[in-house]
Amino acid sequence: MTKSVQQLADGRTSQRDPRLVRGLAEALARRDPGRKLRFMHVCGTHEHEISRYGLRRLLPPWLEVIAGPGCPVCVCPVSELDLGAQLGLQGKAIVATFGDLERVPARLSLAEVRAQGADVRVVTSAAGAATLARSLPGRQVVFLAVGFETTACTTAAVALADPPPNLSFVLSHRLVPPALEALLSHPALALDGFLLPGHVCTVQGTEEYAPLALSKGLKMAVAGFEPADVLDGLLALVDRVIADRPGVDNCYTRSVRTSGNTAARAFVARVFTPLDAPWRGLGTIPRSGLAFTEEFAHLDATSRFGLTPDRSLDVPDRACRCDEILLGLRTPAGCPLFGRACTPEHPHGPCMVSLEGTCAAWYRHPPEPAELPAARHDDGGQR
Amino acid sequence: MSQPRNIGLAHGAGGLLTDRLVRDIFLRHLGNPLLDRLGDSALLPGALLGAAAAPPGLAFTTDGFVVSPRRFPGGDLGSLAVNGTVNDLAVAGALPRFLSLSVILEEGLALEELDELVCSLARAAREAGVQVVTGDTKVVGRGAGDGAFFVTAGIGPLRPGVPELLPTPQPGDGILVSGPVGDHGATILALRSAIDPGPGLRSDCAAVTPLVDALFAQGIYPAFLRDPTRGGLSSTLSELAGSSGMTLRLQEEALPVRREVEAVSDLLGVDCLHLACEGRVVAVVPAAQVQAALAAWHGLPAGAGAALIGWIDRQEGGAARVLLQTRMGGLRVVDRPAAQPLPRIC
Amino acid sequence: MCLAIPMRLVSREGNKGIAEVGGVRTEVRLDLVEVEVGQSLIVHAGFAIQVLDEDDASERLELLRQIAGLVDEASP
Repeated sequence: MTKSVQQLADGRTSQRDPRLVRGLAEALARRDPGRKLRFMHVCGTHEHEISRYGLRRLLPPWLEVIAGPGCPVCVCPVSELDLGAQLGLQGKAIVATFGDLERVPARLSLAEVRAQGADVRVVTSAAGAATLARSLPGRQVVFLAVGFETTACTTAAVALADPPPNLSFVLSHRLVPPALEALLSHPALALDGFLLPGHVCTVQGTEEYAPLALSKGLKMAVAGFEPADVLDGLLALVDRVIADRPGVDNCYTRSVRTSGNTAARAFVARVFTPLDAPWRGLGTIPRSGLAFTEEFAHLDATSRFGLTPDRSLDVPDRACRCDEILLGLRTPAGCPLFGRACTPEHPHGPCMVSLEGTCAAWYRHPPEPAELPAARHDDGGQR
Repeated sequence: MSQPRNIGLAHGAGGLLTDRLVRDIFLRHLGNPLLDRLGDSALLPGALLGAAAAPPGLAFTTDGFVVSPRRFPGGDLGSLAVNGTVNDLAVAGALPRFLSLSVILEEGLALEELDELVCSLARAAREAGVQVVTGDTKVVGRGAGDGAFFVTAGIGPLRPGVPELLPTPQPGDGILVSGPVGDHGATILALRSAIDPGPGLRSDCAAVTPLVDALFAQGIYPAFLRDPTRGGLSSTLSELAGSSGMTLRLQEEALPVRREVEAVSDLLGVDCLHLACEGRVVAVVPAAQVQAALAAWHGLPAGAGAALIGWIDRQEGGAARVLLQTRMGGLRVVDRPAAQPLPRIC
Repeated sequence: MCLAIPMRLVSREGNKGIAEVGGVRTEVRLDLVEVEVGQSLIVHAGFAIQVLDEDDASERLELLRQIAGLVDEASP
């Protein structure tokens, strides 16, 4: 049976069918493993969709899904945001940015520097930044290139498509597997499985994750973003846990091929090279960022304008507990900064920067006592 | 002297060119005996405000309109200025009657565009049954304004028979919306994000007076009556929760949203509950009156998509929230937007 | 991360195309995919990052419907 293209692409009604979703939730509940399980996803969009549909209410009581460091905007280090702000304030360039970044607090947010006279414009694509630059040949345009592998390939495509000479980039892309490895090295980690980001894997494939899963005995599932897709991934993970079978399931096969999008990966390999990079609230993770290769170095805004990121802005607050909160080892209430020095208006780490971050959500809607997760390491902030 | 084609600083100087601008564009489209006198103030005879008896009171509102782009499917700055002002009066229980119009024009604005905007404004005023009776024009230098800003004030008598003290929302009261939400906001956001709205997406910009009339004609006086503009349905309902201390429960399944609005929301990663309406009414009515209210609205073209979307739950004071039961059977809290919706990738 | 949605390609010219979802249309870049007009795309940040495999989508959906116990009901 083949669904029409219109039905699949148009309303995604099939994967949003409430009867299907409830049926899958019931099937999940029937697989009760007899103990509590905790899975982590590493994708801001997974958290957004889970929240939007209130999916946690449909999950069985023995299953917890926590939000890992999945938001590249929220982990964008202050020093790199600040570069964009400085370029704008000094009038050296029009700063083109995704909407997500506009209000992220840094020394000054991009919205604040616009209010102070910088020319900051929201674009929905790196291609949009190139179009903007072509339309204003007498002005410099700097694009703040954030995003995981999904977005990095679009920056690469623009770099390869004869970009206008007045366009340059502040590179702030981040890679998921190094972040996962860094998380996995935490001694107190207690996770039963990982839901992998379906669109990162659309580009990268699943090849990078299989060795990681097998070498560390992990259970992983690549999941799409409709409610049925998320439950599909959770079912696969629970089955692997019950069978104690490490490995990666691809539950998003309509979009994810094992080798991903080879053309996109080739573009990235030509344009970028990995380097150690800081993540907001998490410190530096080896080989988790991207720099231009020599062939494309002329597109780098930092060299074009003679600016370097002020890494002193990235030193994590010693009291910030985002790393433990992201791992589900601590609730926001257990962080000494929560609600005091750290609020949505003055966030320290990504958990508060992101609207869906654990701390931001908790701040806006403190959970009922009955909703609090069991047994935590809340020790008043002692390290 | 050849006719200028664009607004220049001289148009704002109060001399010959200003005079000509007012007559050629504003009086030509809006002219009526009150406006034509071009006094510093419009003199409104008492009889014009209400029926023979003095009205219980007057509703008086002001608003500013800065929409960009100035023209969009379903309306433009002109019709928006009229309907936005009229709607603020209508949901206050008043009969919209008179508007003032102050325009601030940027040097360089094409006169032809201004003429079209004022023509559209005049048409909207006729359809809404209001008159523009006084106005002002100013011109600012190139770069000092975004083409044109329209600022209005509106006045109208409260209807006789509208209870002086409206009921407070009670648990079990129904929350109604008069049609699909987010049409205006989605249209504007689409145009600003290089999305072609296509034939199915347009602003809902319209006067809501007939919708209010229809309720009052049934003797239905809602405990809460608003037009959900900036900030969308979420803002309006958050305001209700905040002012009443009552938690609201909404059913996502019952929320009317056009597929085009849902598509724009998905494409840009914004919540359609955060997108403005410009021709809708939200009303809270007792459970016993819900069916009559919906029937009254369904009898009007403007109310064709009216729906019961939820109910008032219970008194929770400072902890009152807007809760949404999702299509999937989940539950989430509806927040008001922190700022204007922006496209996201993440 | 990675807001991306399926859209149908309605026209193309070189590395650019027009794609549609829910009655609205937008320009998409096609540098990263090989696709024909009429096919569905996963679109992120203005770029098609993959061609959606419709047959696979149907098959998986059918599998999920079985797991959910909906196999006897008509599809939506």
